[in-house]
Amino acid sequence: MKRFFMLVLLVFTFLQMSNAVVAGEAKPLAEDPVIEARLKAMSQELRCLVCQNTTLADSSAPLAEDLRKEIREQLRAGKTDKEVIDYLVARYGDFVRYRPPVNNETALLWFGPFLILIIGGFVLYRVLKKHAGNDEIQGEDA
Amino acid sequence: MSRMAKFLIPLALFLIAVGFLFKGLFLDPHEVPSPLVGKPAPVFQAPILSEAGKTFNSADMKGKVWLLNVWASWCGACKDEHPVLMEMAKTNKIATYGLDYKDTDADAQAVLLAQGNPYKATFTDVEGKIGIDYGVYGVPETYVIDKAGVIRYKQIGPITDEILLTKIVPLLKELEK
Amino acid sequence: MIPEIGHFALILAFCFAIVQGIFPLYGVWKNQSGLMNLAVPAARAQFFFIAVAFICLDYSFYANDFSVLYVASNSNSHMPLAYRLAALWGGHEGSMLLWVSILAVWTIAVTLFVKDLPETFRVRLIAVMGLVSIGFLAFVIFTSNPFERLIPAALDGRDLNPLLQDPGMVFHPPVLYMGYVGFSVAFAFAIAALLDGRLDIAWARWTRPWTTAAWVFLTLGIAFGSKWAYYELGWGGWWFWDAVENASFMPWLVGTALIHSLAVTEKRDAFKVWTVLLSISAFSLSLLGTFLVRSGVLTSVHAFATDPGRGLFILIYLVVVIGGALLLFAFRAPSVGLGEKFDVVSRESMLLSNNVVLVAAAGSVLLGTMYPLLMDALGAGKISVGPPYFDAVFVAIMAPGLFLMGLGPLAKWKKASLPEIGTRLKLAGVISVVSALLIPFAMGKITLMTAVGVFLGVWVVSTTLILLRNRIKTRQAASANLLENIKGIPLAFYGMLLAHFGIGVFILGVTLVKGFESEQDLRMEVNDVAKVGNLAFQFKGVQELPGPNYLSSKGTFSVSSNGKEISVLHPEKRFYPVQGSVMTEADIDAGVIKDKYVSLGEPLENGAWSVRIYIKPFVQWIWMGAILMALGGILALADRRYRIVNKKAAKEAQDAQEAFEA
Repeated sequence: MKRFFMLVLLVFTFLQMSNAVVAGEAKPLAEDPVIEARLKAMSQELRCLVCQNTTLADSSAPLAEDLRKEIREQLRAGKTDKEVIDYLVARYGDFVRYRPPVNNETALLWFGPFLILIIGGFVLYRVLKKHAGNDEIQGEDA
Repeated sequence: MSRMAKFLIPLALFLIAVGFLFKGLFLDPHEVPSPLVGKPAPVFQAPILSEAGKTFNSADMKGKVWLLNVWASWCGACKDEHPVLMEMAKTNKIATYGLDYKDTDADAQAVLLAQGNPYKATFTDVEGKIGIDYGVYGVPETYVIDKAGVIRYKQIGPITDEILLTKIVPLLKELEK
Repeated sequence: MIPEIGHFALILAFCFAIVQGIFPLYGVWKNQSGLMNLAVPAARAQFFFIAVAFICLDYSFYANDFSVLYVASNSNSHMPLAYRLAALWGGHEGSMLLWVSILAVWTIAVTLFVKDLPETFRVRLIAVMGLVSIGFLAFVIFTSNPFERLIPAALDGRDLNPLLQDPGMVFHPPVLYMGYVGFSVAFAFAIAALLDGRLDIAWARWTRPWTTAAWVFLTLGIAFGSKWAYYELGWGGWWFWDAVENASFMPWLVGTALIHSLAVTEKRDAFKVWTVLLSISAFSLSLLGTFLVRSGVLTSVHAFATDPGRGLFILIYLVVVIGGALLLFAFRAPSVGLGEKFDVVSRESMLLSNNVVLVAAAGSVLLGTMYPLLMDALGAGKISVGPPYFDAVFVAIMAPGLFLMGLGPLAKWKKASLPEIGTRLKLAGVISVVSALLIPFAMGKITLMTAVGVFLGVWVVSTTLILLRNRIKTRQAASANLLENIKGIPLAFYGMLLAHFGIGVFILGVTLVKGFESEQDLRMEVNDVAKVGNLAFQFKGVQELPGPNYLSSKGTFSVSSNGKEISVLHPEKRFYPVQGSVMTEADIDAGVIKDKYVSLGEPLENGAWSVRIYIKPFVQWIWMGAILMALGGILALADRRYRIVNKKAAKEAQDAQEAFEA
């Protein structure tokens, strides 16, 4: 039984190999996988301007394709991620970045939720203290 | 009353939000203002449509006030804008240059032939490279560039008669001074 | 004729909504039982006429009546019948009709199940539902009439947006709206209680099942939507933090908080002001979501035809409904008592800490959604707030909450001891830390994100299981009959366990797919093979096939594992001639461990195609988790203390429950 199984496996492997001779290996669309990975990571945080609610990575709009091409070329020319993003922001504004910059204007956005958490926690603690301490709570506020 | 004060906080927050929402009704979230306004227009060289072999250099425009209208034969809104551009060329004598964006020369020429040519000259940007430099994200778009080569205004979407009269014409008058 | 009947029915429904909303309230005020008694029949009449309108509109879709503008804009005679019928909610006008229809369904449910409530309270409750309905019916009739005629009639319709021609369209919107609109019941309970001056344990107990029911629908609705996006959009994303997604997620977060604070209020008569505020907020966020989607103030993938006039209408409505509710709240809240005593460390305090976390999380979603609008309104420029923001802020806020989720259910009511909880959870802690190190390692790489995510997921799952074991053990001490003991635990408790378990499963799914998914962009000629790990994808070519209302380029891929074919996938590229649009239909071999996801790109030269192949490990756990959460909610609803046959039985059930839990 075991031997039969091995045989089947061998035949299968052989078929697979012969198949592989006819069939080519699929080629990546990109020439340089390292640059492609950087492009991918970067373009996932950039907004497609035409369709507006898709990332540059996932959009198939022509402008998105052009921009990806442009980014690819710039990366190939040795620019850093930051330089490329600055290049895009200079042309399209902060609108292209899905990760808004942290500055005075966006402080509330970035830190507001944590502020709610801290204030909420503090208020809850105080109210709980009041609750735990006072036996005649029922009439206290009524 | 002071007791009530803290319970009015949710209402106050809500009303502030309503204020912003109301304002938001009159804003267009699709319009992305260009950070290039007030900055020097990117310099480019491009082939001139229908003049084979000739190249236009935008640096040559120093000292002139001009409009750069980005358009394409495949763009629907450009057809709506076309009569306004014709009007501008005829009556207002505005120096409008076309940038034919991601298009074929044959298609672009066919359109200009059929509908009239409002441009002093049209340059071609087959690859869309100049478009990227100018931050074009939809056609038509129009840039007003002053004598020093600084972008003073960007119109996203077609120029309408109203925009022409209320924004572009007054601006040009001021810039020509 | 049929559309006119529908339109007329809608106007009649509007009239009955006015009767239902205004007369009974006046009746309660003046103590006139005649007017009070109008509430229920008016609600029924309203429901009837909305149903007539709904049926008339769907009949027009069924009959391909392209003399109705809305049908002509959203349907086509070549569309399959199921999609034609679902196209009713494919556009703005019809989806608003769906909105009011679902509100009417909830209203009818309320009239059927609240017979035992005190009369004034019950009448006010139904009247508030009527008031909510008035605004939306007016909105439909005056700004968004779906029955408007198109003269001359169109020869054929403009087709439904091909993105929406999907089975997801049949289920996702109605279920989502059931959730969204369902919070109107908790809202109406809150307003009726504020008007009645009876914010008490009974009010909390009545509100609970309605809140849970709406929450179950919302959970399922959001999960359906996410699943739909996953296979329909062709790039394997399942959540984008899009404005519309956020609009449904905020009520979910606040609704989840509400379920937990209701537990405290029902138990201790405490935190009533907070609970009532949450009840108002959950529905307010639903309404805000409706505004954000319909008014066009935000960009979204779910583009409804937008128009500032409609936006203004909804905004005024928001001011009246939410503003009125919050004003009433401000008047009544100061006189509400604090309730019973409990300790700083107790089940109660744990439940309320969960509220702080969930509200802060909802705050981050709200801020992220509204901030671009805020900046723009202040003239501070345009920004985008997208996934990187939410992944950072939302996740950072939720993480401590998820940790607390493990502790909370083990804490005793009234007074708990942290060291004791600690001892009980030692095992769960060890299991979680070990998994956090081992699982990412086994899958290839450890990052902070995957380690923390796996830790939290396993933590939630294991603490839940320990909780179950403890519960059974406690009962075993009293009697040795294991089966009896398992059966004796109330369903609500199992519901809680299951929902929490679902959260754990969900977290694991999210963490593992985010940490270990892979994507390949390939150029494939016919018979080319793409190897991904031990999988091989062979491209067998593309066939041109006609569909009912589209042309399909259907690819065939044979997927094999170690040389053995395990599945055949047919991703498609569809061209819809009516709207001239191209859709990508990915094909997925879904599995518990991983999904194999193939999507067809563009044709290249020599019969080659660009192809995207994704491997998405554990992605299905995301939706399994959501379904478990919803099932948990359903179990809680099935608990006998909500199956109120009569007041006495309910009271007995409640007493038994309390005696048990004490």
